[in-house]
Amino acid sequence: MSYVRPVAIVGVGQSRFGRVPDLTLNELAWQAVKQALKDAGITQKDVQMVSFANVGGWSAEPLPAISVNEYSGLSGVGTYRIEAACASGSAALTTAYNIIASGSADVALVVGVERMNESLTPTVVELIGRAGNYFWEFSQFGLTFPGYYALYATAYMNEYGAREEDLAAVSVKNHYYGSFNPYAAFQKRITVEDVLRSKYVAWPLKLYDCSPVTDGAAAVVLASAEVAKKLTDTPIWIKGIGYASDTSNLSKRPSFLNLEAARRAAQEAYRKAGIDPSKPHKQLDVAEVHDCFTIAEVIAYEDLGFARPGAGYMLAREGETYKGGLVPVNLDGGLKAKGHPIAATGVSMAGEIAKQLRQQNPKDRQADIVHGVGLAHNVGGTGHYAYVTVYSLEKGG
Amino acid sequence: MSIAREELEKMVKTWLETVEQITKSEGLPVIPDEKTGDPLWVDVRELRLKYLIPIKRVKKFFDGLKEGKVYATRCPVKKAYFFPPQADCPYCMDENLEWVEIKGYGKLLTYTVINVKPTSYLHYPDYVVAVARMEEGFNILCWMAADDPAKLKVGMDVRLVVKPREPEGFLTFYLEPG
Repeated sequence: MSYVRPVAIVGVGQSRFGRVPDLTLNELAWQAVKQALKDAGITQKDVQMVSFANVGGWSAEPLPAISVNEYSGLSGVGTYRIEAACASGSAALTTAYNIIASGSADVALVVGVERMNESLTPTVVELIGRAGNYFWEFSQFGLTFPGYYALYATAYMNEYGAREEDLAAVSVKNHYYGSFNPYAAFQKRITVEDVLRSKYVAWPLKLYDCSPVTDGAAAVVLASAEVAKKLTDTPIWIKGIGYASDTSNLSKRPSFLNLEAARRAAQEAYRKAGIDPSKPHKQLDVAEVHDCFTIAEVIAYEDLGFARPGAGYMLAREGETYKGGLVPVNLDGGLKAKGHPIAATGVSMAGEIAKQLRQQNPKDRQADIVHGVGLAHNVGGTGHYAYVTVYSLEKGG
Repeated sequence: MSIAREELEKMVKTWLETVEQITKSEGLPVIPDEKTGDPLWVDVRELRLKYLIPIKRVKKFFDGLKEGKVYATRCPVKKAYFFPPQADCPYCMDENLEWVEIKGYGKLLTYTVINVKPTSYLHYPDYVVAVARMEEGFNILCWMAADDPAKLKVGMDVRLVVKPREPEGFLTFYLEPG
């Protein structure tokens, strides 16, 4: 393999997530960008590339990279907008990583932003539902985003005997940690009964199994080793990024028990980062996983190798992904409680892992950092895209 | 629950008229956010998206629906089925795919009931979307005609039928309990 330069996160920022009707797309993004630049101790003139993630459609600006850059004093810098559905943030991060690793730049800014409440909710339901195969699965059969994942939930629960209560346990955990996160859309704790009493959205998934329609922005600054060592004592090194994809039509998938793209992305990330794929949780202090729906977090446990196939729901049932368990997952509230501003999510996950490894979170949601290693699992669409990234306090070889 | 399309259009029209009145009286199309009261500018532009999608190379599929048949394509070299049908085999780069009528029998792989619907589906009652593994070995995703979704079971026999979708009246395929 050709020479790849080490790359680190040196600055993180994010806006509050939720329904944010008082801020425009530009203003929302600037909150995250401003924090990230300050956190890195750099200014706009140090930024050599802006890697920008936004799915849009529900929001008005058609060239959001350009409008956000102008608002943020970044006009003139090379940029583009990237789309990998709900994994757009990780795709933007991967691309920025590659730009620095290759030696093309030393400092890049990754921005993810979404103003989903700029359209009426049924329109947003429609636009996300279209994010599969438009002609064969949306236009004729009206699938919704919860609907796609409900197909996985039905198959999974039927095959392995998981119950709606088990899925609810994921929601309860993520709301619990959301209650300690001032940036989270939902900061109230809930019970299993609250989840079970909520209305069906796409049977067997209920409202409290679903992440909300969210406005929000996140940004991280990436730098080469040479620059990183001048900026910070605790750069967060990107040790390995795995990526994969799956079919557009869900009907073309052989099974609905796991997300094959995520499993493959995890294997690749583990290989690059030197993590033992048979028991990765032994080397990880903390993980962010893509819980757009509760079933997605359960399946993620298996795709990441935290549990064997069919045993993921037992981790949820037994509370093994709280702090002090097998591996703490989504200590920021996850997509479920923190919120899921589509293209901001992957960038927010990167920022959260950086803050976890730097031990900058409030005690109740700060993981014990022993190995100095964390992971982010970011899925786009219904397993259409997948990115898994391993971060470390150690630069290594 | 479903909302008739006329009713939906009436609701939108009423709302737009309210905004119009506000614009006339206040000089700006600004309304308060329904939850926080924050001022929102109601865009004065509106965009209607209606896509025109080419079907020339898979027209046989749509002709088939008119005869009550559902077709897949199959690569004569790789013997691989394509459903939804496609005109090109990406594996052997062949364009001469065969049209094969689907026998129509399969087993239910998974399903859901769509309770919260997209705007363009609000006029339908809650519907079941199902995926079946057909005898031929490929899957089909479509609506499942079921009187009572509670009686559906993963693994049950299903068959494929062609029916018009009302109220639009276009022909499409459904799964039914076999």
